[in-house]
Amino acid sequence: MRNLWIFLSRYNAFFFFIIFFTVGLVLTIRNNAYQRSVTFSSTNEIVGTAYKRLNVIKRYLNLTQVNDSLAAENAQLKTQLLAIASIDSAQISTVKDTVNHQQYALIAAKVIKNSIALTNNIITINKGGKDGIAKDMAVISPIKGVVGFVQNVSENFATIRPLLNQETAISVVLKKDNAFGSLVWGDDNFDYRKAYVKEIPNHYKVKVGDTIITSGSGGFPRGIEVGKVTNTRVSTGDSFMTLEIALFNNFSTLQFVYIVKDKFAEEVKSLQPEIKNER
Amino acid sequence: MNGRTILINIFRWIVLLGVQIFLLRNMTFYNLSTPFIYVLFILVLPFQTPNLLLYVIAFITGLTLDTFYDTLGVHTSACVALVFVRILFIAVSLNRDAIDEPEPSLGNMGFRWFSLYAVLCIFAHHLVLFFLEAFKFTSLAYTLGRTLLSVVFTIFTVLLVEFIFHNRKSA
Repeated sequence: MRNLWIFLSRYNAFFFFIIFFTVGLVLTIRNNAYQRSVTFSSTNEIVGTAYKRLNVIKRYLNLTQVNDSLAAENAQLKTQLLAIASIDSAQISTVKDTVNHQQYALIAAKVIKNSIALTNNIITINKGGKDGIAKDMAVISPIKGVVGFVQNVSENFATIRPLLNQETAISVVLKKDNAFGSLVWGDDNFDYRKAYVKEIPNHYKVKVGDTIITSGSGGFPRGIEVGKVTNTRVSTGDSFMTLEIALFNNFSTLQFVYIVKDKFAEEVKSLQPEIKNER
Repeated sequence: MNGRTILINIFRWIVLLGVQIFLLRNMTFYNLSTPFIYVLFILVLPFQTPNLLLYVIAFITGLTLDTFYDTLGVHTSACVALVFVRILFIAVSLNRDAIDEPEPSLGNMGFRWFSLYAVLCIFAHHLVLFFLEAFKFTSLAYTLGRTLLSVVFTIFTVLLVEFIFHNRKSA
């Protein structure tokens, strides 16, 4: 202690300098708008740059998936292009109702909030009523697979009730033999990579690896690949099979979605009450 | 330190700060060179002043300047830096027991010692002052240029004042 005191008093000029100079600096920064702004903005810049770097790395790590999705989309578009190019123009001129033939239109939207860990997950996207999105429209993934349905729409945003929600059920069929089923999630399965297909009659022979596609009713265009069967032996005790499937769509890395705008949705809806009455 | 020394120093303080605030504040060459004559007050404070008192005086002087210049803290820090260099330089260049002069003025210490002393102290003061004012290192050359030109101007005025008022003593 005594040595410390000797040390301090011997170099007192230096320690006084440190103390007084610090006070001066603090006064400068606290009381001068310019100096304060420089100090704060430069610290902000450092923080911001750090975040930007981190984001670059993150984006780089996602690059593989983004590449894959772009390639898949390219392939899809090329197929469509080929289909258009190979249309016999003589034939198409006889049914030139192009507006009505294009039943579905896609609206691309960015996912701004997503969750996969809850029992009833919700996705928020950056498009809303202004962009032509309405309640109950189907939502698909740009890569492969289905996402869910539009739940609520505001002017600029919309929420999606994805498949990862216990209230969502999507009509699907087995690609092989068109057996209808209902794609659900939940019921003690809360893995975002798995889902169940229920209500497929027992007499169909389903193998592991069979592909499930959308049936074409309920807003989804027919033929969107949903997933592959991984387990056929989920026993339920009734006369229907329950299949466990692995979803093609990875909900955890979902960044963009397509909202499917069905031109005939209203028409179909207006018919549905009659069907219900018939039941 | 007797009463007369204190009175002289208070008088010096008032005069030098008055000149600085009311006259030299409006004086500058192309916004590059500004004289800060008030540092002379801290330069010629008596040798016997304790370090803590030196710092307190410098702090108050800087604070007064800052209130008039509207740059709270800038002159304060610069004056504190000046005192640090003053203490260091005196400790290195002079034998503390052999000091028989009351204060480090030009007349007492001679031109060579005093000019070196003034240049070093004023350079430290101006360096801190202009860098705190600019508060960034991007315009380094400009700030350094301002510092050097102002040092020249301040030295010139300090030596001028010293020659006018203190040379008699040594004679």
